[in-house]
Amino acid sequence: MKNRINTALAQDKKLLSIYFTAGYPSLHDTKKIIEDLEKSGVDMIEIGLPFSDPLADGPTIQASSTAALKNGMTTQLLFEQLADIRKTVSIPLIIMGYFNPMMQYGVEAFCAKCQEIGIDGLIIPDLPVAEYHEHYQATFEKYGLINVFLITPQTSEERIRFIDSVSNGFIYMVSSASVTGSTAGFGSTQESYFERIANMQLKAPQIVGFGISNNETFVQATKTAKGAIIGSAFIKQLTQEGVDSIDPFIQSIR
Amino acid sequence: MSYQVNEKGYYGDFGGAYIPEMLYPNVEELRSTYLEIMHTPDFKAEFDQLLRDYVGRPTPLYYAKRLSEKHGTKVYLKREDLNHTGAHKVNNTIGQILVAKKLGKNRIIAETGAGQHGVATATVCALMGIKCIVYMGAVDIKRQAPNVARMKMLGAEVRPAQSGSKTLKDATNEAIRDWINNPVDTHYIIGSAIGPHPYPDMVTRFQSVISEEIKWQLQEKEGRENPDYVVACIGGGSNAAGTYYHFLDQPEVGIIAVEAAGKGVHSGESAATSQLGKEGIIHGCKTLLMQTPDGQITEPYSISAGLDYPGVGPLHSHLYKSGRGEFFSVTDDDAMTAGLELSQLEGIIPAIESSHALAVFNEKKFKPDDVVVIGLSGRGDKDLNTYIDYFKL
Repeated sequence: MKNRINTALAQDKKLLSIYFTAGYPSLHDTKKIIEDLEKSGVDMIEIGLPFSDPLADGPTIQASSTAALKNGMTTQLLFEQLADIRKTVSIPLIIMGYFNPMMQYGVEAFCAKCQEIGIDGLIIPDLPVAEYHEHYQATFEKYGLINVFLITPQTSEERIRFIDSVSNGFIYMVSSASVTGSTAGFGSTQESYFERIANMQLKAPQIVGFGISNNETFVQATKTAKGAIIGSAFIKQLTQEGVDSIDPFIQSIR
Repeated sequence: MSYQVNEKGYYGDFGGAYIPEMLYPNVEELRSTYLEIMHTPDFKAEFDQLLRDYVGRPTPLYYAKRLSEKHGTKVYLKREDLNHTGAHKVNNTIGQILVAKKLGKNRIIAETGAGQHGVATATVCALMGIKCIVYMGAVDIKRQAPNVARMKMLGAEVRPAQSGSKTLKDATNEAIRDWINNPVDTHYIIGSAIGPHPYPDMVTRFQSVISEEIKWQLQEKEGRENPDYVVACIGGGSNAAGTYYHFLDQPEVGIIAVEAAGKGVHSGESAATSQLGKEGIIHGCKTLLMQTPDGQITEPYSISAGLDYPGVGPLHSHLYKSGRGEFFSVTDDDAMTAGLELSQLEGIIPAIESSHALAVFNEKKFKPDDVVVIGLSGRGDKDLNTYIDYFKL
């Protein structure tokens, strides 16, 4: 079967992807959030596996991770919550998390469980591309998982080419030198960066993340890129307006 | 077997650089230049001159006569407590501030737990006139007020880490996030032999001046370069790495590491990482670390604020796993008693971290003619309040 991420990328439209932290605001909101996001027309979902020490995340996602762990979220529980998810949801699902919890579960066991549930890909910010390529790529591919790598405005052209060659889904294009949730709007620096990447004619489509919070930033980010990811802004929405406010938020983006 | 880092940044199974892509350019810049920078003659000359004239090196290798008589063996103390700022930490901050200058960085960040590394970093930044920001857990800021005041007096900005458990590991996370947000002008001075490659090796090399001096000092005093044992306390492990460095490939030298058992290894309040830790990733490196079965990093405990780090440097994980190092864990009580003993036998009040190394005599019996070198990593001034509370002085 073709990976759902590739199917989504083949669509003739700009993709909206949403990140949320599993186990937040309440421990058992996971399934409802995923189902509501799909109903609202979201194209792809990143399910955050919470970690005690999320290095690349800003205050919003950190706080949601801390709360989720306090609520009792574990890797095992997340897999249980997702066990029947493919009975109701058909858009691509990606698990985003740090490498240590995956190592402790066992990388192969983790990948096998993802395949069993119907997870399409993984984003692991602290697993470098060279480590992946050398030690884990074969395992990920055995279980039909797409691994997504990040690039930033500081990533060299040579390294972007290498990341492109290892990518079989999309490239996660970090909009600016920052942790998640920290920028307000895009300026000319971002625009020229987006253009520079577009001009590289990469094999893998790019989806922009970090700093996208509303219709304006979504439109700016997807001018050249294939799609955009919203994380912190969505978590803020859940914190302030609750889990029944998903549809109006998503409608306000497009 | 080699105990040097390999070209991929590993000591055996441990090390590497498990960092988000946002940090890659910074870490790669360091990785590709640090050895070359450290080996240039003008760098070495400036480093040596500052260690001599500013830090006060070489530090004495002191034959502790009464302590030796008490424990029936020959004990030498490597007096890192006599360094400027009161501990070994400054060896590394002097080295890294010079690296930062070579790289053209004009802003320094650091993490600190007890505040010793923060003070050592603020000190060298004052010396060089470079802006300094120290991240410190909000809980630690309350516990370590005198060191916070020292950093401020030296012109550093102390930023509280409010995330997670608000202690050292969270301060480290905040420093890493700062580096992600400031990729061009900033150098991150990590204080221990931890973090992504090349940090563990770079910090170890700067601290290796300790074992380099021990060799010639012991030659003068004992007519031989190699002791029978080198003993050091381990939190992250920078003092230990420096104390062991020149003996790692000398199999006749026994390497002894003393960790903080807190209230007992299995009490639930401990920092004995080799005993309680499992392989995992912390702050960009694969090493032994204390964590839940689910891979969440846990909060360690020790009466010594400098030893309560949930991980241990990758070199030390390798020494433990390979059997090259002999690891002991010492409780708060045994360490405090050893600190009091040194004070009253030798007139030296040690830092509580160093007191752990001194408690090795509870764990191991040495022969009368063994030469045992113990790293006295820091002085006890900063710990007076803890000693006062503990001994009701």
